[in-house]
Amino acid sequence: MTTIETEAVDDAPEPIADPNAVAIEINGRAVTARKGDLIIKAAEDAGEFIPRFCYHERMSSVGMCRMCLVEVDTGRGPQLMPSCMFPVSPDMKVFTDSPISKAAQEGVIELLLAQHPLDCPVCDKGGECPLQDQSFSHGPGESRYVEEKRHYEKPIPISDLVFLDRERCILCDRCTRFADEVAGDALIHFTHRGNLTQINTFPDEPFASYFSGNTVQICPVGALTAKPYRFKARPWDLDEAESTCTGCAVGCHVAVQSTRDEVVRIQGVDSEPVNWGWLCDRGRFGFESISSGDRVTTPLVLTNEGHAPTSWNSAIGSVAQLINDALAAGGPSSIAVLGGARGTNEDAFAWARLAHDVIGTPNVSAQLGDGLPVGVLGLNRATIAEAANASTIILLGPDLKEELPVLYLRLRDAAERKRSRIIEFTAKASGLSRYAWRTVFYQPGAQADAVTTALQQSEIAAQIGSGNVVIVVGRANLAESSSATVAALLALTAAIPEAKVLPALRRGNVVGALQVGLRPGIDGLDSKGILAAAAAGTIECLVLLGADPLSDFPDSDLARRALAGARRIIAIDTVVNDSSKLAHVVLPAAGFAEKAGTTTNLEGRVTRVAQKITVNGTSRPDWMIAADIAKRLGTDLGFGSVDDVSAAINQHVDGYEGVTAAALAADVDGVLATTRTIDPINVPVVGLGDRNAYDFRLVVSRKLYDAAVGTSHSPSLAPLAPGTALYVHPLDVARIGSAVGAEVTVTSQRAMIVLTLATDDSVQRGTAWVPFNQPGNARVGDLIDATSAVTDVRIESL
Amino acid sequence: MSTATTYPHTPGFYSGDRPEIVTSRFRYEDSYTLERYLATDGYEGLKAALTRPAPAIHDEVKNATVLGRGGAGFPAGTKWGLTPPGVYPRYLVVNGDESEPGTYKDRLLMERDPHQLIEGCLIACYAAGLSQCFLYIRGEMALAQERVATALNEAYAAGYIGRNILGSQLSVDIVLHWGAGAYVVGEETALIESLEGNRGMPRLKPPFFPAAIGLYGKPTIVNNVETLANLPWLLRNGADEYLKVGTPTSPGTRMVAISGHVKRPGVFEIINGTTTFRDLIYGDEFCQGIRDDNELKAFVPGGGSAPWFIADQLDLPFEGRLVGAAGSMLGSGAIMVMDDTTDIPSAALTLTRFYAHESCGKCAPCREGGTWLMRILERVVAGVGTNRDLDQLYEVGETICPGAFPHASSAALDLPAVPFPYKMTTICFVGPSAYAPVHSALTLFREEFEAKIVKRTFIPVSAAPVTPTSADAATPAPAGAH
Repeated sequence: MTTIETEAVDDAPEPIADPNAVAIEINGRAVTARKGDLIIKAAEDAGEFIPRFCYHERMSSVGMCRMCLVEVDTGRGPQLMPSCMFPVSPDMKVFTDSPISKAAQEGVIELLLAQHPLDCPVCDKGGECPLQDQSFSHGPGESRYVEEKRHYEKPIPISDLVFLDRERCILCDRCTRFADEVAGDALIHFTHRGNLTQINTFPDEPFASYFSGNTVQICPVGALTAKPYRFKARPWDLDEAESTCTGCAVGCHVAVQSTRDEVVRIQGVDSEPVNWGWLCDRGRFGFESISSGDRVTTPLVLTNEGHAPTSWNSAIGSVAQLINDALAAGGPSSIAVLGGARGTNEDAFAWARLAHDVIGTPNVSAQLGDGLPVGVLGLNRATIAEAANASTIILLGPDLKEELPVLYLRLRDAAERKRSRIIEFTAKASGLSRYAWRTVFYQPGAQADAVTTALQQSEIAAQIGSGNVVIVVGRANLAESSSATVAALLALTAAIPEAKVLPALRRGNVVGALQVGLRPGIDGLDSKGILAAAAAGTIECLVLLGADPLSDFPDSDLARRALAGARRIIAIDTVVNDSSKLAHVVLPAAGFAEKAGTTTNLEGRVTRVAQKITVNGTSRPDWMIAADIAKRLGTDLGFGSVDDVSAAINQHVDGYEGVTAAALAADVDGVLATTRTIDPINVPVVGLGDRNAYDFRLVVSRKLYDAAVGTSHSPSLAPLAPGTALYVHPLDVARIGSAVGAEVTVTSQRAMIVLTLATDDSVQRGTAWVPFNQPGNARVGDLIDATSAVTDVRIESL
Repeated sequence: MSTATTYPHTPGFYSGDRPEIVTSRFRYEDSYTLERYLATDGYEGLKAALTRPAPAIHDEVKNATVLGRGGAGFPAGTKWGLTPPGVYPRYLVVNGDESEPGTYKDRLLMERDPHQLIEGCLIACYAAGLSQCFLYIRGEMALAQERVATALNEAYAAGYIGRNILGSQLSVDIVLHWGAGAYVVGEETALIESLEGNRGMPRLKPPFFPAAIGLYGKPTIVNNVETLANLPWLLRNGADEYLKVGTPTSPGTRMVAISGHVKRPGVFEIINGTTTFRDLIYGDEFCQGIRDDNELKAFVPGGGSAPWFIADQLDLPFEGRLVGAAGSMLGSGAIMVMDDTTDIPSAALTLTRFYAHESCGKCAPCREGGTWLMRILERVVAGVGTNRDLDQLYEVGETICPGAFPHASSAALDLPAVPFPYKMTTICFVGPSAYAPVHSALTLFREEFEAKIVKRTFIPVSAAPVTPTSADAATPAPAGAH
């Protein structure tokens, strides 16, 4: 009693006690922990590290490895407890290094090492291995185990990307828990029992998860290794820089690791507002494309014999000449810039200055006809965290698992932990349909009606009224115009005015590019308008800023006519693609990890992108190219370094006032920057026509692995693209009069292509689905008419 | 004293001049039919229960101190009271995954009197406010599964299960689930995992016991088959009658399965708390002595995972607390007797091998330690052990069960008993169970191990067993061994 009174006097200046504070004692030291904290975490926060293997902060505790056993006294005398399983309680005494705790920990290390092969010298994990480290720090130092160790075939592939060495495995349940709890792909599990317990896949069913690489990262031993990194480097030879993945617009925090000036591994870094440490496999392994042999290393100019290498000086001169010629022939608005969503904010800003201010054209678009009107960014924007904590998440967009995989993980977590209910509007069941509270199917083009009808249902209305609402909106179907999605979005925002909107646009820095200015100016054309103008012959010069309309624009025919109709084409890209093959000048651009800067993710979060390696050949970052061209055109943008561009963005771009180098350095989670001065949505609604004999309505959407540069130039990822096929509902096969696996003709009002028929019960009856931009000859874009609301097709057996 | 009776349709079961609480119908060949059950007071206990409010039934069971028959001996009435109030649905799970080595009493109860079990389930559901019951029966017990399934169908058809049972407000559904053959699933949390369709691996109990967060995250009561089979009689006759059998701390009867080197192994329903091990092993109405009138060397008092007793403990009664104080446990009511021809190290190896094999693989000490113990024992038994091995067994056991491990007293060795229970680094009791036979055998019969040790300080590589099953085959003595 006396002590309490004394303390009360001492603490007088702070009368309000923290209701979540729990006073405990760790190794005799008084510590204030947070209510609900596990002992292991409270101890770590207090600077007392308790060894662990199975415990992972982002997953539920299982108490599997028994490494974190410590003596805990809750008033009934000290007892050995797994500290990863018990939350702190008031007046608890924890002894992390008492003789009994130490004996238990040493015992567990000895047992774990009993069957472990100790092949550290040839193990990729050696040097960064928790088992190795904790054997030194908490182990007995030597083993009494003299029996023969168990033997397994080593290693066995459990997927196309991941190998499993069961001898090294200590059965901590981390990978299996990740697959089940976090990814929702419970494809690996324990098999056998006792000492022969092992991790394995189900027979004939590989661990084909989009998130399999995370298991390699969280494996506390060298049991799981990933194909792209196996035997590439030793951990002590790696140099790393923290950066942001620009593979998609989620903007996951990563550590880029290189050795001998080559990126060899990308690891996820835990960022509370964004990725929680997880990455998708495309983001993790796509680095292979950086060192692809197909990279352009010098500027190329088109000659009679095709592209010929040239110097930067003459290439920039040629570009200036082409622009000046175009200006002379058709004025500023005859010049158009397409693309720029793959670079940094600095790249986009420099190009926006060049296009809008130096050249003076309003025809600028960072999107390629597969996004949404820029006005969506002007709506009340949500963050990822707001979405993942909203009581209702309304999905009106693409399959997030395929397009923005880590956003899928966050929203899946929200639904699984019962924080949020997901109401999904979709034309085809998505990865999140399993977790959705309601999935409302609509026929392509009819989403606005579906939304209006659904909002009238009392249950749905009650759910929406029960708390905050976040609408995740994106382009679900490339075979329909964006106006249907916009109409549905406007119906939702009109009905729920307080709802926030998270734009699910997919290209790495699309939000940043649009916000810093790579968007149509006053009366400017968007990408569809630019291509239509080019096809009509009114574009004198088309700049492709890392854009490949022939592959990426949904309407292939329009793209083809546009590239044929544009009089001059300038391409800035990392590789020569179908579109840049036609360019008069190709300038080699620096790729990911080759340039520094900042990027803006889909919620408007600005984070840093680091340069880790020197550029491939003579490539230059886009912003530098823009500055060079401007200078040659007679205007000095004043950009001598990337920091100059960053400072200019901070100074001139609405919403980026807080984005300073100091702010970005202070917070690795970045700074939110949302540009509010974006014009409201103004999209004409395109009417739906009759189906007539075209009795299947087409859905075209992307898979995680496609023919895009990052995937197709990564040797490990390229084979994972599923390829093109026509998917229909199993019950529709008979109607077509063909069989699964047979070739069928698919005819739209535009064209006829031949595809292999396949079934997928995520496809609605009466619709057909084709994955977009897959390797192979068949181009589904041939069927799509960018000017019509939807694409109806006729399917006939060949 | 009259000798025991046996029935041709129930081989291995012996009744006698003793109270029959759960085996009264075993005498009838058709004891498993609804017809016979109804003719012998069947469902009368349920009817009696339904005339009274549920809390009264709960109190009746609590007053009768019906101890759990599965192994831990926790009072059933108390267990039912641990569910958090107001959380529904809540479930009853019947643990019919009887797998403890030497135990085969629940199998008989399910095969011979399935309706008694069903009635017990219904009474438990009524008393504890449960509406859904899952009967988990061990995968290998084909006949029990068949009989229980048939009985469930009969009971559903006759209106004893389902909606508004016997016109009352009680509605209960009983689902039969067959196990897939894993010892560890006899542990209640592993059973719940298995029932949910997961791999049978125990959940860590504190902070959450199944009574609070169990099957599908809801309050769940897990009871043993025999525990529930006691309820119909209890409700027909009342707690006072029940308490008249046995002792106040261990009332009622208990099913005991005795196996090993006795003249007449079998299952007996004995009076709880008073019958001594000497009665059970030597008594006329029980096992009638050791085979060939050999001397008793050791016996396991409560299933394969219990520390062993020797002749010094013969006069202990079959009572949980006394047996615990003497260094072992009653567990599942299985006694295994070893006479003086027994090779103790081999017997310990047999048991340890079982537990090492049945480890679910979750906790490292059990998964690795159990097998390590087995490997060392294999070497010792094969005659290629080293001087270091015997102490090594204790040291490995220490990593599974730190601190003093319980064992029996021995006058000959001047060894005092170490009472139950032990500390453990694992979640469930499978890990310590692998150590218990090793520890008992080594502590009580160390000279038998030493006799097998060839004085050598290294292991000849050619003789070292390389697979877990190699010791199954007779290992030839290595060249040069005496």
